[in-house]
Amino acid sequence: MTTDAINDQPEHDSHDGEHHDHKMTGLKRWLYTTNHKDIGSMYLWFSFIMFLTGGVMALVIRAELFQPGLQIIEPDFFNQMTTVHGLIMVFGAIMPAFTGLANWMLPMMVGAPDMALPRLNNWSFWILPFAFAILLSSFFMESGAPNFGWTFYAPLSTTYSNGSTAFFVFAVHIMGISSIMGAINIVVTIMNMRAPGMTYMKMPLFVWTFFITAYLLIAVMPVLAGTVTMVLTDTYFGTSFFDAAGGGDPVMFQHIFWFFGHPEVYIMILPAFGIVSTTIPAFSRKKLFGYSSMVYATASIAFLSFIVWAHHMFTTGMPLFGELFFMYCTMLIAVPTGVKVFNWAATMWRGSISFETPMLFSIAFVILFTIGGFSGLMLAMTPVDFQYHDTYFVVAHFHYVLVTGALFSIFAGAYYWLPKWTGYMYNDTLSKWHFWCSLISVNLLFFPMHFLGLAGMPRRIPDYALQFADFNKWVSIGGFAFGLSQLIFLVLVIKCVKGGEKAPAKPWDGAEGLEWTVPSPAPYHTFETPPKID
Amino acid sequence: MTTKEYESYYVPAQSKWPIIGAIALFLIAVGAGNYVANLNDPESVGGGWILLAGIALIIYMMFGWFNNVITESMSGKYSHQMDNSFRQGMSWFIFSEVMFFAAFFGALLYARTFSVPWLDGAGNNAATAAILWPDFTATWPLIKTPDGTETTAMGWYGLPLINTILLLTSSITAHFAHVALEQEKRGLLKFWLGLTVVLGITFLYCQGLEYAHGYADEMKLYLDSGIYGNTFYMLTGFHGMHVTLGTIMLLVMFIRVLKGHFTPKNHFAFQAASWYWHFVDVVWVILFVFVYIV
Repeated sequence: MTTDAINDQPEHDSHDGEHHDHKMTGLKRWLYTTNHKDIGSMYLWFSFIMFLTGGVMALVIRAELFQPGLQIIEPDFFNQMTTVHGLIMVFGAIMPAFTGLANWMLPMMVGAPDMALPRLNNWSFWILPFAFAILLSSFFMESGAPNFGWTFYAPLSTTYSNGSTAFFVFAVHIMGISSIMGAINIVVTIMNMRAPGMTYMKMPLFVWTFFITAYLLIAVMPVLAGTVTMVLTDTYFGTSFFDAAGGGDPVMFQHIFWFFGHPEVYIMILPAFGIVSTTIPAFSRKKLFGYSSMVYATASIAFLSFIVWAHHMFTTGMPLFGELFFMYCTMLIAVPTGVKVFNWAATMWRGSISFETPMLFSIAFVILFTIGGFSGLMLAMTPVDFQYHDTYFVVAHFHYVLVTGALFSIFAGAYYWLPKWTGYMYNDTLSKWHFWCSLISVNLLFFPMHFLGLAGMPRRIPDYALQFADFNKWVSIGGFAFGLSQLIFLVLVIKCVKGGEKAPAKPWDGAEGLEWTVPSPAPYHTFETPPKID
Repeated sequence: MTTKEYESYYVPAQSKWPIIGAIALFLIAVGAGNYVANLNDPESVGGGWILLAGIALIIYMMFGWFNNVITESMSGKYSHQMDNSFRQGMSWFIFSEVMFFAAFFGALLYARTFSVPWLDGAGNNAATAAILWPDFTATWPLIKTPDGTETTAMGWYGLPLINTILLLTSSITAHFAHVALEQEKRGLLKFWLGLTVVLGITFLYCQGLEYAHGYADEMKLYLDSGIYGNTFYMLTGFHGMHVTLGTIMLLVMFIRVLKGHFTPKNHFAFQAASWYWHFVDVVWVILFVFVYIV
């Protein structure tokens, strides 16, 4: 390795203290960028595109389920739809949206000039579109896309899988690399780049939740990589990790997968807690109630998430002690989660509340996420889980948590920071339309699923008994209404990027944090000299 | 640089290396996917070439990217804070690697503690054994699987023991090299670092011998010889890949030392390679205990 002059790298001495706006133009700006705001924007746009892609798949599913009987698609294609819908929404929509928010906001919130490792940051983002290109390309292969569910249980993903499993495995590997590198960047930025005076317990709660989430990612994404690797060798190289004939066990797959999978669930909800813990105080014009208890509650949830995985497997079978252990540990999570919900309510209590769109989404989050939490508590009880398992009750549960939970918080965050990102206020009327249409349709979409599940309708089937027809019709109508409502958001964001009412540096009078001390739109480089925190 | 109140943090301008790396990973994934999916089709050769192209591109990326970093570092652009970022980043990367191995150790322990005894009727699985696998006896190492595949267990003495000694020694020599670097004894540094690299290569050679021995007809220990062969080759194989990577890292450090790089205070890359080497060593010790001895 020589130390010759490098010609591809424009040299800038950043320690001459001057302000630089080295924006390249055109495509190169986005391909070569090391700027956390550029990368954050790319993450957010990518996740929105993936959200629409996965959404179209959900609509295909709902179209097929509008009536009993098979009408539009073949069962195998139906399975591909449910599988890829799940994979895209988890790894392509929710997680990158959070990473995008982290990229945009964390450096500004801790008073850092950028993420700690800017080139690595670019790499973390740009490998993602390639991973999803590989995953989606399997639709055009002879065998079709993966059809074994996003949880890829063995032996469906091994012995009985179709020819595209290898591509699924390598795509997941790349998604994992992206998440791990992104998480390392977040951890290092928070540990090492805080402005002088910003002690850990002075960090905004948003920063805390991403900090803890990043640890979860570093701990469990490698386990997912190990799992898919074992699936790969079982499928193509004759190993028998998940095959009893060779001394392995398909149940072992579920243990290893859910050791990743359960913390993954919290990876998708802890940042949501951070967002609403930012917006609710801002629009209640009060400090967050119980800041330190929020920090400890987040950390407790993260810790507990490692010892509850087998509650996904009550019906799979395990020793009685295991069933009891995982049931009680799971119920324990309700305690720190309850602390959080209590704190949000207490923050609003006697606050001077105004109902701007970010606040509407945040309040909807608190109520609807709590519904999802309660159905989770029901599922945690081993004996009753025997009835609920693999029914639409489970589908209702995790969509309440992920759509009205994680997704609504992302909308809350997007509306809250859009003025800071674009420099313009969003169109308020459109945003209200977006909120109310989403709120009504999402409940029409997911609430009847509880009843369907309790009545015994199994998940992941293209056809169902006649008795479920009425609810399914309403669910499908809700689904299409919810899908169309999201186009309002797309139009709103495009309008907001193009122009509108100029946003002041701090458009929300109750907002707190360093990001509101810089102008809107935020300059390309912020905090090249760290701000002082008292 | 320290005339101001705070050190400034170097934020690199645009770089082409990450996107090249992204394309490289894409080629690797597509190539490997095609290669693996068409393993049984001798006509299909495309996947392997795409895979090789991806690997070549990622090596090119590493040269370019590290070249930038080394140039920046040696021209004094990096502050103490930057050095901390690198150190923390490397530590968490190693932690993620630990968790990767944990998945495979988890599989090994699960098979040994649960799945193999259960197949022989342990717990409440008497019916499973009686109806499905009446001729099966649970043993570890599992030298006869439920479907009757037979194999031989690899003993811990001989090559594995030699390898353990080699790797433990190399961890000590790596540490001596680090001490020599900090005391600015360049001659000793070259000696100990060079010795570490030689020990690493010797380890890999011995592991190759061990694999050849396992795949020979006397042992019939293959990757697909049931859960014992699976865990044996996956754990030692992934460990071997990490040793290879670690050896390459140390070799690069050796070349950089010959070029006069690193000072007693400023040697993050050396430190990172050395951490990585100790990590590989610790994994081996755990592996030696659970795969070979117990």
